Amino acid sequence: MKNHVLRPLWVVLAAIALHLLVRQFIVPADFGVEKGGNFTYNFHRLSATDEWRDFKVKYRGREYCQECHEENVESVLQSPHAVIQCENCHGPAIDHPDNPEALAIDTSRAQCLRCHTYLPYPTSQRSEIPGFDEPEDHNPDENCVDCHNPHNPDLENM
Amino acid sequence: MSCSRRDLLKNTFKTTLAAALPLSAFKMLSPAEVKAYTGDSSIRWVFLVDTRKCVGCGLCVKACKNENEIPYDPPISRTWVERYVLMKNGRAHIDSPMAGRDGFTDSKIRENEIPADQISKGFFVPKLCNQCSKPTCVQVCPVGATYQTLDGIILVDRTWCIGCGYCIMACPYGMRFFHPVLKVAEKCTFCYHRIKKGMKTACVQNCPFGARRIGNMKNPNDPVTKIIMNERVAVLKDEYGTKPQVYYIGLDTNVR
Repeated sequence: MKNHVLRPLWVVLAAIALHLLVRQFIVPADFGVEKGGNFTYNFHRLSATDEWRDFKVKYRGREYCQECHEENVESVLQSPHAVIQCENCHGPAIDHPDNPEALAIDTSRAQCLRCHTYLPYPTSQRSEIPGFDEPEDHNPDENCVDCHNPHNPDLENM
Repeated sequence: MSCSRRDLLKNTFKTTLAAALPLSAFKMLSPAEVKAYTGDSSIRWVFLVDTRKCVGCGLCVKACKNENEIPYDPPISRTWVERYVLMKNGRAHIDSPMAGRDGFTDSKIRENEIPADQISKGFFVPKLCNQCSKPTCVQVCPVGATYQTLDGIILVDRTWCIGCGYCIMACPYGMRFFHPVLKVAEKCTFCYHRIKKGMKTACVQNCPFGARRIGNMKNPNDPVTKIIMNERVAVLKDEYGTKPQVYYIGLDTNVR
């Protein structure tokens, strides 16, 4: 074969060899497909799934709170607020009581008004929750929890 | 009663073994926990949203952002709640301020007064990743950073993503976004770290009204599977052919 044909061919072959060499170092060893997986959707670095599985859990759920705060959990379970998880207001437990030692409780009006602003939507359960038309007209500068007990929001027990 | 040396040694060994068996070995595990521990691929995670129960409190969005370390103040979120207010004259008002993170506390929509007597329908629709069986976002990834696990969850390998944004454009649901701190593509994982431990996702656990549920489609006795198989459910944007796996009860034709 003519030399002018072979020369670029050597360049191409060298480029391919270099590419394969570099790839050997850059691509993680466990890159591939799981048993039962396919190359269309399942081609990935296999240990990435373990990294996601080891992500830190922050919201531990009512059962975790109950281990120490039995009385508070019992009291809220008797009330219409039983459907609300502790951590929705008290903040994510993470590793409480070690870290954080104390949780930052959301006592703001905004937290209550998430549900208790009246919205006139006939096809949503929102309109069935007791709520304010004009929250600004009802003690606007005070937090709801100063008068209403969030663990037992019964108006007769105020 | 005679006791040979052999019997003595045998019985001693047996007793020691029995005494060493911890009580925790007898702990009863739920089927979900067992499957989670064994990495059984007879799982296909699916999600069920009951739009009739959603009241737009936004506690799911708040919990999701805290749980998954999504920057709290930028208007990005793995899940969001949309408000649809359809008027008698046929107009539709749709919004999702801050992804619904702080709930819907104003009857005004985009500074527009909405006269209550003119409303024909008003409702909330929570949205999240559909964990499609045929995910477009995975097909377009040029580096293999995003993939589908065998139990049906689409994950992003944060160390391998180059942040090109193809997947953000490819998702028909506008679900994906760019993580402003990590500079990689970000998406809902159905709280993979939680469901793998037998827990519910953060949004499911923190929804006070049971509007969100997660289940295993391959378990015929799963209550979520039973609803999907036996009741009238719908999915979003079926026409794209991505086979979305988030099912909705009470979906309106105006919801896209």
